[in-house]
Amino acid sequence: MAKMRSDLMTARALGSARDGFHHWWIERLSAIALVPLTLWFACGIVSVAGADYAEFAAWLGKPWNAGLMICFISAAFLHGKMGMEVIIEDYLEPRSVQLAVKVFVNLMAFALGIVSVVSVLIVALRG
Amino acid sequence: MVQFALPRNSRVKPGKTHKAPAGAKNVKEFHIYRYDPDKKSNPTLDIFEVDLDGIGPMVLDALIKIKDEMDPTLTFRRSCREGICGSCAMCIDGLNTLSCLKPIADIKGPVKIYPLPHLEVVKDLVPDLTHLYAQYRAIEPWMKTSSAMPKRERLQSPEDRDKLDGLWECILCFCCATSCPSYWWNSHRYLGPAILLQAARWVHDSRDEALGERLDDLEDPFKLYRCHTILNCTKACPKGLNPAKAIADLKILVMERAY
Repeated sequence: MAKMRSDLMTARALGSARDGFHHWWIERLSAIALVPLTLWFACGIVSVAGADYAEFAAWLGKPWNAGLMICFISAAFLHGKMGMEVIIEDYLEPRSVQLAVKVFVNLMAFALGIVSVVSVLIVALRG
Repeated sequence: MVQFALPRNSRVKPGKTHKAPAGAKNVKEFHIYRYDPDKKSNPTLDIFEVDLDGIGPMVLDALIKIKDEMDPTLTFRRSCREGICGSCAMCIDGLNTLSCLKPIADIKGPVKIYPLPHLEVVKDLVPDLTHLYAQYRAIEPWMKTSSAMPKRERLQSPEDRDKLDGLWECILCFCCATSCPSYWWNSHRYLGPAILLQAARWVHDSRDEALGERLDDLEDPFKLYRCHTILNCTKACPKGLNPAKAIADLKILVMERAY
């Protein structure tokens, strides 16, 4: 009975979620962090281009390289997940599909991020 | 929700051509969106060949001439004809603006005129603004105070008054809101640039005592944060205001109290 509801109630609807700042803020922080991290990542990958596994493992075994690689992976998955959430909210309907895809993206980002970080640790620590 | 094509019953079909009178020398073509809710047929694009001699320089002058001399059924809103009432907002030559402030001479080729985008059309160039007005009402655009009523007017320093410049001048024509893709896709939840600029007008008013409540009500993933800084709003504003900056300032205020 949409037409029986007043225009004001249609506009007010569920009211404010009192939330949204955090998502916006982390999206921006991760974007800023990714600028130097991506540069480092590109330079790092170029420096070990053509290396064999032992050389690459030795490179990744250095604390700074392992640390920055984990930072890069975390920031990239976090930023990618948050950006995807906004795109899904903008472009995907109906609401049930929107919710399902958002949950899927979150779980995938979490799982792939953990697997990537663990892979870095295994290569870095085991050599 | 995003829509990449118009619904079948909204697709615009070719319409009638209204020829200029014989002997007219200064003729310009106007392609105007027509929709008559009584006819139950699709909208059409009518062509009017308007003799510009003897009329004013603005698009609104041509529209008035068309209604007066060529087709009295052409329906559009207008009132002040000097950019202060906001009634004659429409999409002219691909940009939302006020027809009374848009010089015909600025437009190369035929002048294409449509109603403000992505609103329901009442008739011809008249869109339904009901939801925008309701959203405006929902932000409570009046001064809210809790302290005792002073004996005389509430004072404001000249510096605090300056903070309202660039906000109070908004005439609520909704050129900005209807140029914003984020508002197109999510107008049921996103407030859009016009309403957020109006919200900022009260948030920055030093005499208002409900700043925290106002920010509470704005802080929402959809109401405020659906703005992705696309900047169509600032480009469209016929009053030269900057709704995108007003929205950015709101986000900064929310940040100041949260972080």
